[in-house]
Amino acid sequence: MTKNRIRVGAGSGFSDDRFEPALELARHGDLDYLVFECLAERTIARETLARLKNPEAGYTPYLAERMRMVLPECMRRGIRIVTNMGAANPLAAARAIRAEARALGLDTPRVAAVIGDDVTEVIRANPQLKLLESGEPVESLLPRLAAANAYLGADIVREALDRNAQVVVTGRVADPSLFLACMLHGLNWSYDDYARLAAGTFAGHLLECAAQLTGGCFADLPRKFVPDMARIGFPFADVGVDGDLWFGKVEGSGGRLDIATCTEQALYEMHDPARYITPDCVLDITEAEFRQAGINRVEMLGAQAKPRTPTYKVVVGYHDGWIGEGEVGYAGPNALARARMSEQIVRERLALRGFSYPEIRVDYIGVSSLHGELPGRPEPYEVRLRVAARSPDRKAAEAVGFEVRTLNVNGPAGGGGGTNSVRQVIGVKSLLLPREHVHPEIVMEGETA
Amino acid sequence: MTKVYELGHSRAGDKGNTSNVSVIAYDSAAWTLLRRELTVDRVMQAYAHLAQGPITRYELPKLRALNFVIENALGGGVTISLALDAHGKTLSYVMQDIDLPG
Repeated sequence: MTKNRIRVGAGSGFSDDRFEPALELARHGDLDYLVFECLAERTIARETLARLKNPEAGYTPYLAERMRMVLPECMRRGIRIVTNMGAANPLAAARAIRAEARALGLDTPRVAAVIGDDVTEVIRANPQLKLLESGEPVESLLPRLAAANAYLGADIVREALDRNAQVVVTGRVADPSLFLACMLHGLNWSYDDYARLAAGTFAGHLLECAAQLTGGCFADLPRKFVPDMARIGFPFADVGVDGDLWFGKVEGSGGRLDIATCTEQALYEMHDPARYITPDCVLDITEAEFRQAGINRVEMLGAQAKPRTPTYKVVVGYHDGWIGEGEVGYAGPNALARARMSEQIVRERLALRGFSYPEIRVDYIGVSSLHGELPGRPEPYEVRLRVAARSPDRKAAEAVGFEVRTLNVNGPAGGGGGTNSVRQVIGVKSLLLPREHVHPEIVMEGETA
Repeated sequence: MTKVYELGHSRAGDKGNTSNVSVIAYDSAAWTLLRRELTVDRVMQAYAHLAQGPITRYELPKLRALNFVIENALGGGVTISLALDAHGKTLSYVMQDIDLPG
């Protein structure tokens, strides 16, 4: 049944986001749809490696926990869930969601997995495709390729909702498209109606980072006050059939939703505001406006869009060696000088052991780790030395943190709080792939085709 | 001199090796000043020790906002950067610290 207005809530803004606000939305938000956006650029490549080790792994690790929390409420109230938590394995994710429902004693929900974003084999077969960052062919990355996934659009997610799925779980789908899909389905919009696609895409862009619309990443007292931040609520959008759009949050939740928070989020990760490209359209927000429509209620107007491009953007994840790092702290008189002495010792010890690195980065936390080193800054009372370096060789990367960690005994006076770590690096680059190479599909988990 | 901090608020976002930093005016007087004085040159100067650039500036008069797209700013990209703040989330406050005449 098509409604005249639907409500779409944002259940998470990144994979490790807070949990309670989604439950608050499910319980008290009077939602029709709850969307969990959980995939950063490199996540799928990482999860692809997990899937290679275990064929039932490869989806977002928090999937089960988030579903356990919201499924009972969502199924009772008929709130449909859309999420990209499927990451590199939407099929296993769909199985896990159904298993979670059964374990909770619920009726087994209809779960649709959206697949076809994995274009690794297409990329291997087309080494001439050019990387957006460098203009070089992707060929040079192929020996180190971990995964390649296309950003799918709202059309395939809408189709999954059209097939009456209670939960739709996807791999790589553009973040705003997850939200737009709910509107396409719930308001029966046409995929060629660009006025509505513009409104839905802009709304999706605003919702996709959840708390960043409702006062997260915003407060700076006294000028930028955000009330009750500890209980910050996540936003929802009320969307009318004509594309009229308001944002709100659950009454009594913490946070702030107004023109200022909306404008900050509107420009977040935006480059040319006349050309924000998604798989669904090319969004133009140069004429967009916000109007305060009540307390914690904002109307969104004026988004426009041009037709979608003939390509999908593909994120190519590749192995890029290892990063090793270590930290140690100094405090009191001459702290910075002792930290600088440690830097020299670490560099010399690494060289003595025969290690060299394509890039070493040295930070003085408290002085230069975030905004770089500039003359004339006051010296802090305490400072932490951080040394990080990359290497194709794991042993060389490990040595970096090791030589920092051992400074408390083998370095200058009063070094403490040493830490060290090493991690495998997956780099990402992107390219554009003509649409005809990509074949999105829906699998209804547990049902024969 | 007036700091951007007094005139408008900022948020930084990342895509690959590119950072974008918005400046949203608190009122129309601040918008006039920001629009006139917060030039690409001034912004490049503030970020010179952190980013190679180039920098592109976009104006959004209806939102009273500027959007600066700063290329080659994130140590090769979020996923491979050696930086502590690989996303460059804190870079908004480099913008906030810029002094403008007036």
